Amino acid sequence: MKKFTKLTSAVVPLNIENIDTDQIIPARFLKATTREGFGENLFRDWRYNGDNTPKPEFVMNNPTYSGRVLVAGKNFGCGSSREHAAWAIQDAGFDAVISSFFADIFKGNALNNGLLPIQVSDDFLAQIFKSVDANAQSALEVDLENQTVTIVETGAKESFEINPYKKSCLINGYDDIDFILAQKQLIESFEQAR
Amino acid sequence: MSKTLVEKIWDAHVVKSEEGFPDILYIDTHLIHEVTSPQAFDGLRKRGLPVFRPKQTVATADHNVPTLNQLLPIKEELSRYQVDMLTKNCAEFGVELYGLGHPFQGIVHVIGPELGITLPGKTMVCGDSHTSTHGAFGAIAFGIGTSQVEQVFATQCLLQSKPKTMKIEVNGELGKGVGAKDIILYIIAQISAAGGTGYFIEYAGSAIESLSMEARMTICNMSIEMGARGGLIAPDQITFDYIKGREFAPAGEEWDKALAYWKTLYSDADAKFDSVLTFNAADIAPMITYGTNPGMGMGIQEHIPATAAQPETEKVSYKKALDYMGFDDDAALIGKPIDYVFIGSCTNSRIEDLREVANFVKDKHKAENVTVWIVPGSKQVEQQAKNEGLDKIFEAAGFQLREPGCSACLGMNEDKIPAGKYCVSTSNRNFEGRQGQNARTLLASPLTAAAAAVTGKITDVREMLEKA
Repeated sequence: MKKFTKLTSAVVPLNIENIDTDQIIPARFLKATTREGFGENLFRDWRYNGDNTPKPEFVMNNPTYSGRVLVAGKNFGCGSSREHAAWAIQDAGFDAVISSFFADIFKGNALNNGLLPIQVSDDFLAQIFKSVDANAQSALEVDLENQTVTIVETGAKESFEINPYKKSCLINGYDDIDFILAQKQLIESFEQAR
Repeated sequence: MSKTLVEKIWDAHVVKSEEGFPDILYIDTHLIHEVTSPQAFDGLRKRGLPVFRPKQTVATADHNVPTLNQLLPIKEELSRYQVDMLTKNCAEFGVELYGLGHPFQGIVHVIGPELGITLPGKTMVCGDSHTSTHGAFGAIAFGIGTSQVEQVFATQCLLQSKPKTMKIEVNGELGKGVGAKDIILYIIAQISAAGGTGYFIEYAGSAIESLSMEARMTICNMSIEMGARGGLIAPDQITFDYIKGREFAPAGEEWDKALAYWKTLYSDADAKFDSVLTFNAADIAPMITYGTNPGMGMGIQEHIPATAAQPETEKVSYKKALDYMGFDDDAALIGKPIDYVFIGSCTNSRIEDLREVANFVKDKHKAENVTVWIVPGSKQVEQQAKNEGLDKIFEAAGFQLREPGCSACLGMNEDKIPAGKYCVSTSNRNFEGRQGQNARTLLASPLTAAAAAVTGKITDVREMLEKA
């Protein structure tokens, strides 16, 4: 799994609430049998017209905005369990997603792929959007070890929560399967004891 | 110590619990389908691992399959490849597959219960968010991502933090023309599309207890639409009667043993929930959604809430949703012409749903402007419908009875609603583009969908029931 420690980057702001996984990656693109290549269809129907021409008003088509951090409105990733949503975001070049609220399954999927979901307060999220509105190059500093996110320009900083086990997985690039496989004997004794 | 139902089942499945780590939770049954499994099988190959407990794994093809001419090769190349890949993977790893052409094939959340695979007290997972459906039997059932599918393949376990618990009580009697789908759409409209996030929900109360198993499945199915990982209902005589005699249900001595255990599966009287909500069944009208998340629902006679009345931070998203739907603030939906009716999906494609629709449309005909698709949840449902002559009723009404699959719920196959068209759908999601690019979905019960099919517009089914 991809490691994550520290990141300073401009952001791509998407100030919409309840962004569901059907918007992140529409179902018709789920027919692939590998994990790669979903990035080109990230936010497909918001990003492209029916004739595949880019919609200029969509933020990912605006060259003013770039960066490895996606910032979105609350309840990000609701809907389907498709891990393709996390793969698509990562494949499009993002390493972290910030929102004031994440849907559970999306959050778990992101963590299992080394894509860091960062839940901030509504107020801090508004501050991020405000700073990007004022200056599209406004950067954020994400520090996983210290669990903080900072708006570089204003110095405003907030802490975020992360399960300590998942944190160590991200920092070291381990995944859950490595962890559980090490407990195989315990699993077998559990089965026998039932 | 007193425990909730969720805690009882959870604690019985914890292989290891350690401070600072998620629990290692044992999974009794793993359901898989063609869309979210190929990358997980690939992962096993890369690690050189087998499926640890193949006999606890059951596969079907549902998301991507055509609903016409299922015995012919799938026309769409990528879909065919994905379904073929499932067949190949199941053969290689020794997993039982109920694929196309098998009498048990169907939507994964329909076949589990009807085959007696879904049982009280089990832990069940599937790479599909509507796995919560199985909670209707008093099981802990939830949707997982593909990395977790691989985890369960490899270890029959998942790393999971114990969820918070919520109890939702619905008491009293439902009005005429109001069913399980209306109950759940009502609850979601009350608490929002994120109101259950982080929780496992136990549904209780007299209105829930009086429901059939299939209606209970409709309720639990949509738990995820308020963000909850799962929803469940304590098993009772209705549950036991439903299970008895099914293909893989315990029998003989095994049945007696299982039944004795199942009877212990309820929340203790003084068990503590992290949150408790109570609703009155009499307050619930036939429901319909007007927006692009399932929380944007209202009683069918109501008017669409105004953008101005929304919280400041939500106004932009709310307006975007209404614009997508082509609806105005304060508009009524009654009388609004529609183009398609879809009766199907893991929410409402079981035999009782089909019976209810058939009973309503008998001696009626669909409106000329409407296309109606009925997609049964499984081969067994399809066969049962034919045995009961429902197919003849649908045919006479101009409703097209198709073959089983997820179909227009998510439009992965060719069953798509065209751009700009309105579809009254018994499925579970009204997201933008869910049923086809720029398609507009209005979620409703099978009865409300059938009424719209007959009149060609959004209709309060209660008025038609009164006339009858």
